[in-house]
Amino acid sequence: MNSIYASRRRSDKIIKVLCYAAAIFGVGWLCLILYTLLVNGLVGLHPRIFTQMTPPPGVQDGGLLNAIVGSLIMTSIGVAIGTPLGLFAGTWLAEYGRYSKLTGVIRFVNDILLSAPSIIIGLFVYGAIVVPMGGFSGIAGSIALAVIVIPVVVRTTEDMLNLVPNHLREAASALGMPRAYVITKVSYSAARAGLITGVLLATARVAGETAPLLFTALSNQFWSVNLTSTMANLPVTINNFVNNPDPNWKQLAWTGALLITVTVLSLNIIARTLGAERKPK
Amino acid sequence: MSESATVLKPVESQPANRPSPSDIKLSIRNLNFYYGTTKALKNINLELETNKVTAFIGPSGCGKSTLLRILNRMYDLYPNQRAEGEVLLDGQNVLDPKLDINLLRARVGMVFQKPTPFPMTIYDNIAFGIRLYEKLPKSEMDGRVEAALRGAALWEEVKNKLNASGLSLSGGQQQRLCIARTVAIRPEVILFDEPCSALDPISTAKIEELIDELKTRYTIAIVTHNMQQAARCSDKTAFMYLGDLIEFDQTSKIFMSPEQKQTQDYITGRFG
Repeated sequence: MNSIYASRRRSDKIIKVLCYAAAIFGVGWLCLILYTLLVNGLVGLHPRIFTQMTPPPGVQDGGLLNAIVGSLIMTSIGVAIGTPLGLFAGTWLAEYGRYSKLTGVIRFVNDILLSAPSIIIGLFVYGAIVVPMGGFSGIAGSIALAVIVIPVVVRTTEDMLNLVPNHLREAASALGMPRAYVITKVSYSAARAGLITGVLLATARVAGETAPLLFTALSNQFWSVNLTSTMANLPVTINNFVNNPDPNWKQLAWTGALLITVTVLSLNIIARTLGAERKPK
Repeated sequence: MSESATVLKPVESQPANRPSPSDIKLSIRNLNFYYGTTKALKNINLELETNKVTAFIGPSGCGKSTLLRILNRMYDLYPNQRAEGEVLLDGQNVLDPKLDINLLRARVGMVFQKPTPFPMTIYDNIAFGIRLYEKLPKSEMDGRVEAALRGAALWEEVKNKLNASGLSLSGGQQQRLCIARTVAIRPEVILFDEPCSALDPISTAKIEELIDELKTRYTIAIVTHNMQQAARCSDKTAFMYLGDLIEFDQTSKIFMSPEQKQTQDYITGRFG
């Protein structure tokens, strides 16, 4: 074996080892987080978590029902507002505005919004809605979540529609199909799995957001389904409880964190599975 | 059809004089086409006769597909593409910006190089186009779908799996599905843009046979890279080169005794 080839083999081995090490290091932390969460969260997982309200300090037991319901309500409304806006905007970028000069600008601005720290979005909604409305509210929280959903859905919608081969659009247009039909009947059905994946990923993203809710929905110790007043939610409840010396609250915080993580993980797995089915044949 | 697959069509005893105006379906006059600032077609003049197959041949980049895509204004989907001149469909200018482009495309159907079934069932692939223009009861729709599939010689192969995805068919079947879909909305002209270049010889033979049948009802234009195909299934042939129409005549004339040296060189394989 000549010396150049031997040194190539050595560097090949070294790089391979480095890659493995980096991968294990990265995934290791994730496993550690999940492990800690399971160990600490499962202890407190009890049916009453889903039937009782968050307890006042010093009181034993109690659950997370109001926080779970509040999170479900605000996430649903946020996704319900953000999804159509994101779908329409993404559709414009990929279909009507595909060759427009404006498209690049909008895509760039959207990417900024996509990576904007969520606390900034919380502050923005605080200024735009909470202050004029005169107080924290569930609706303000929902809107803050919607603002986070929009850029995610815009991006995935545009990407997924761009994957639809142009010859399908041509074929549909060649039948004399108006543009809106080509998009809704052909482009959307070809990209359906990808579009749903985008919405699921956006849902997963906002389900665990704390910062935008901190300044908008605040939180609440009680049963609250009134959208115009403060609303309990899991992330902010975890944030409040974990900072408290009360061991019962700490335990509830762990359990809440486990619930959120499992939800987000499941949504991600569903999204992945759907995404993998996208390719025909 | 099968035995003539490698043999040129016999010379038709058609007189060389010009067809009468009523036989002209599409008339292309002084047509220029630009991709941005690049001129892709130079002053094309040509007529497509009713119920005849007109083939367009020429080396890659000669403008034959471009020409075809003008006839149903397909180029309109893209920016910076521009046509000048006139394309008269039964005397009406196709290039008129006020023309309803979707109605034009319903009259001038197109079959593409790559089979393009929609991501839906075989039945819906056909019914979809019909539903754009007509609201039919289920039984009548079934009849239309069957007729279209029979028209594309696909019915026997798919009649028991109409609810299967169009994508589950083989390439040749997919292409016939696309033809059925085009025929289903009852166009007057069908444009074929290299319909067989992605298909095996058996599927190709089936499509060619189909084109031969379709011309009794439709006016057909076909772009092909395959000169034998042009010779086998067309009545008239246009040879194009670098955006110019070099020669246009009866297919038998083009292949047996072309007027132009360039045509001669191309069909004998000396360039292209």
